[in-house]
This record gives sequence, structure tokens and C-alpha cells, in this order.
Amino acid sequence: MERRKERIDRGIKVRAGDVFALCSWREMLYLLAPRLIPVLGFLLLPLVLDNYWQKVLLSVAAFALLAISWDILAQSGMVSLGQALFFGLGAYCSGVLTHTFGCPPLLALPAAALLGGLLSTLCLLPVLRLRGVYFSMVTLIIPLMLVRVIEATKIFGGTEGLSGIAPLPSKWVELYLIVGALLAALFGFRRLLDSDYGLVLKAIKDNDRSVINAGINIYWFKAQALFIASSLAALTGAYMTHVYMFVGMPVFALDYSILPIAAAVVGGPGTLAGATVGAVILVPLSEVLRGIGGLRIVFYGLFLVVFIVALPEGIFHYIQRKYHQVERWVEVQ
Amino acid sequence: MLLGTIIYGLLNSAVLAVMAIGFNLTFGISGVANFAYGAMYIFSAYLSWTLFNLLDWPYGLAVSASISATMALGALMYRFVLLRVRGQALSEVIATFGIGLAILELFHYLGFVGFEYTLPVLIDDGIMIGDTMVDWQRILITGVAGLLVTGLWAFTHYTRLGLAFRGIAQDERTALTLGIESDRIAMISVSLGCGLAALAATVIIPLGSISPSEGYEVLIKALAVCIIGGLGSTGGVIVASFLIGFAERFTDTYVSSHWTMIVSLAAILLVLGFKPSGLFGRQKELEERI
Repeated sequence: MERRKERIDRGIKVRAGDVFALCSWREMLYLLAPRLIPVLGFLLLPLVLDNYWQKVLLSVAAFALLAISWDILAQSGMVSLGQALFFGLGAYCSGVLTHTFGCPPLLALPAAALLGGLLSTLCLLPVLRLRGVYFSMVTLIIPLMLVRVIEATKIFGGTEGLSGIAPLPSKWVELYLIVGALLAALFGFRRLLDSDYGLVLKAIKDNDRSVINAGINIYWFKAQALFIASSLAALTGAYMTHVYMFVGMPVFALDYSILPIAAAVVGGPGTLAGATVGAVILVPLSEVLRGIGGLRIVFYGLFLVVFIVALPEGIFHYIQRKYHQVERWVEVQ
Repeated sequence: MLLGTIIYGLLNSAVLAVMAIGFNLTFGISGVANFAYGAMYIFSAYLSWTLFNLLDWPYGLAVSASISATMALGALMYRFVLLRVRGQALSEVIATFGIGLAILELFHYLGFVGFEYTLPVLIDDGIMIGDTMVDWQRILITGVAGLLVTGLWAFTHYTRLGLAFRGIAQDERTALTLGIESDRIAMISVSLGCGLAALAATVIIPLGSISPSEGYEVLIKALAVCIIGGLGSTGGVIVASFLIGFAERFTDTYVSSHWTMIVSLAAILLVLGFKPSGLFGRQKELEERI
């Protein structure tokens, strides 16, 4: 007897999709809970955690931002294997602005985000025409090369890096700045990608030639998406510079490229929430596994493989489906 | 000085050609991404080292055992991972890169770093050409490079299996209608590519020592040779090896060794930016850029 799985929307989802959702608390809660949990979680957790786990939360938020940036790019058809490029450029911009020109950190952050985004976009502008895996290879190679250029030319402190960079005013500013940036980016860019503008970006990913046929300049849109995503990652880089009070060659390290991809793949690519879920799972996990040192990267690698092979849709899509639909086996007629 | 640089440029090109040939067979000729290539190279090197030094196997047996083991590992990787994501180029890249990362970092974690981790040279001697000392191992590598490149060219042009490799890269569905079982062929291709990586490790590792970071470098160099030469072209491998090989030695001698790696990375970027199918590749222009 052949069976297949049937998926039906829950009654509450159907009702809550309409204006009648406002009639009952239960339905309003059904709609609000998935949004309120992350917002309240990120806003309240800093108050209850101790110093160590506050730092972990901070890097969860930072990697979530990097993963969101990766996902925005991926949704526009550009898969980056080198988030470290954007991260590193932002970090160096902020480091140089503060260290050499004496900018106050709160001014250097937005400046470095824009400057880093602009530099990254200019860096990749010549290869915007490349598709698929060719674009990815370019993004993989540029950060590797920048590390060696800095090593060879000894600019910006060379192998030593720049240390003693001014920190942010207080611990609470530091924490709520990154958490606020994460929530703003998560909900803001979700809205942006659901708008007509985002539709064009997603169409470029699905079929770039038919978007050209529709008379849309895809290079202009791709450049914009690149600027948005790389500014976001550059902001994260600039922020981490002020947290560590140091910027050096490690900002181009493989970690900053691999972990965001792992987070987005584990959480579920295609929705920015998935990227956040991935970071919320992977970063604390890697803290717990800190005792095993270098073995962490082995686990990231395996995580990537297992999720790509076994659950390519990611955790977020899986949970979303369970939340909205009931599943049952039915006999095939 | 100049003669020495030219001779070493030549030998370096041969080393590059040997390093890249397996990657070229898998990625260039049959179009299957195997970004765990560097990891396979290092894996076979450590395996040979362990068998030879710790278990006291005879050299020939240890080397052939580790080459076969690497080929088996490649086939398993294809069967259990790559097969599931076949056709999605980026998932292929990320999955194989993840495997490579896991293998290399595992060795890194286990602490296999140091000068004692190296394989023996076959003939520990050298000859003088002009006033440059050239050791026999490098001459052996040059010979192996010549043999492999000619072999690869003949293999992909005159044997059924080699033609099938090129067929699945050109058009998988048409290949299927001609009775080429693309999954089996791709598995053989990945496995052979890994075997060639192991062979390369056997002859190249004696020049230095085994270290996990070498794995990333091998991958980048193989990628450079493959991309610059052009996907699907054997002649391209030779030209690209010479270009990078000489460029590296000359920057090494006349600029500074810091710039050596930058040269090959910059070369990849330039070629990808202007002619993504490489100097001699002619495949699929519209899939590369738009």
C-alpha cells in the first residue's frame, strides 16, 4: 500500500491570516509569539546573564549579523565564501579611523560600515558579471590575498595589527548596540526582501536572463544588494574591532567566512530568521565545545556537510512547517 | 642567478602540474567540484607516513596502500555526500569544502606538525646544472609531470572512460542518452582525482614536510592552475603551470618571498574577472557570466 504525507494548514493559521485574528487573544498570540520570542529574548537576556555569557550573546549577535548579510547576498544570487572580506574591511576601516584619525568610536562605527561597504562593493564590482561558483571562488580568494598583502607591505601595522583602539563607552552600550542592530537588520531586511525591491533581487537569483528581458538593469540591483550586505558585515567588523580593542590580520580569517555560512545553512537559507536561528544554535555550541579547541572547526565542517545532505531546508523552515501545518499519512488512491 | 631561477622555475612548474592534475581531472574535465582535494593530499601523506614509520611497512607497500585508501575515501565521499547534492554547484562546493575543512583541522588538532613528518626521497643525491644544484627528487617530479600530462591527454581523448568524463561535463543528459551512467562516471572521476592527489603527495612531500596548512595551499594552487589553464583543457594545465611556476620563482628571487602567494592569487582573480573559462577553456560561456 503506497502512502504519502499530506500537509494541511492548521485552522488557527487560516483564521489568523485574516482580520478576524484581532477577535481572539489566542490567535493574536499565535501570530505574535514567533516575533516576540526573539525580540524579548535578545532584549532581556543581557539582564539575566553573567559577564561571560553576555560576551557569548554578543558574538551570537555578531555572527547572526554576518549570517544575515550572507543570506541577503545568497537571496540575490551571489553566494559568498568570503564574508571575512567584508568583515575585515569594516574592521580595518574602523581601526584606522579611530587609531590614526582619532575618531570617537560611536562616530567611527557608522562611518566604517559605509566605507567598508563601499570598498567591498568596489572590490567586487569588476566580477559582478560572474555567476554561481565563479563569483564564490573570487570571494574566497580575495580575503586570502589581502592577508598576504598586509603581511608583505606591512601597512596598518602589518602582522602586529593595530592595538589599543578606543572601546565603546560602556558594557551596556556595547551589548544593546549589537542586539539593536541585529533586531533592526532582521526585521528591516525581511521587510525589504518581501517588498517589490526584494522581489527583483530574488528574481535575479532564480533567472537572471529573464530579469534582463524585463528591462531591469541587474548589475545595478546586484551592486545595491552587495552594498547593503557588505555594509552590514562591515558594521559587524567595525563593532568587533572596538570590542577587542584590536584589529589585525585575524579579521580575514576563515572563521568569519565559514561560521556565517554554517549558521545560514543550519538555520535555513532564504529567510533571514533562519540565519539568526543558526547563529543562536552554533555560537553557544562552539562556546560549550571551547574545551576541545581546534576540534571546533572540524565540527563546523561536519555540521555543514550533514545539514546540506540531510536537511537542506534548514531548521527554521522545518519548525515553521510544524508550526503552521499538520501532517498525516494518507493512502495514495 | 638567472639560470638558476629559470631552472627552478621549470622544476616548480612541474611540481605545480603534478599538484593540479587530479583536481583538473575532477573539476576541470568532468565538472564535479572536489574542494576536499587539499585534504586528500594531506590525508594520503599522513597515512603513508604512519604506515611507513609507525607500522614499519615497506615503502612501496605503504605508498600503494595509502593511494588506494585515498581513492576509496574519494569514492565514499562521492557516494554518501556528493551524490545527494549533484547538480547544485554551490552545495557541491560547500559540502566538499566542509569535508576538507574537517579532515585538515582534525590533523591540525591531532598535532601532526613538525619536520619529522616527511616522506623519504627516493634518491638522496643531486646533479649540477651550470652552477645550480638540482636534486634527483625534483627531476623525478618533472618526469612524473610529463608522464601524467601526456597520460591525461591520451586518456581523455582516446579511451571510452576518458571521453565519458568529458561527456558528462559537456551535457549530462545527452551523455545519459548515449548510455553513459553519469553517477558512476562521476564517482570514478572523483576517486581517480583523489588517487592522483595521493600520488602527487608521494612525490612532492619529500621536498618539505607534511602540515595541514599545506592542504589549503595545495587546493589554492590546484585551483589556480585549473582556472587559469581553462576548464576541460589538458594543454591549459601545462601553460598555466609554467605561467605560475615561473612567476612564483621570479617574484621569489627578484621581489620577496612574501609576494609569492600573492602572484598566483592575483592571477586567479585576473583570469576569473576577464575570462572565467580560462586561457584555453571553451565551455559554457553563458553559465559563467552574464
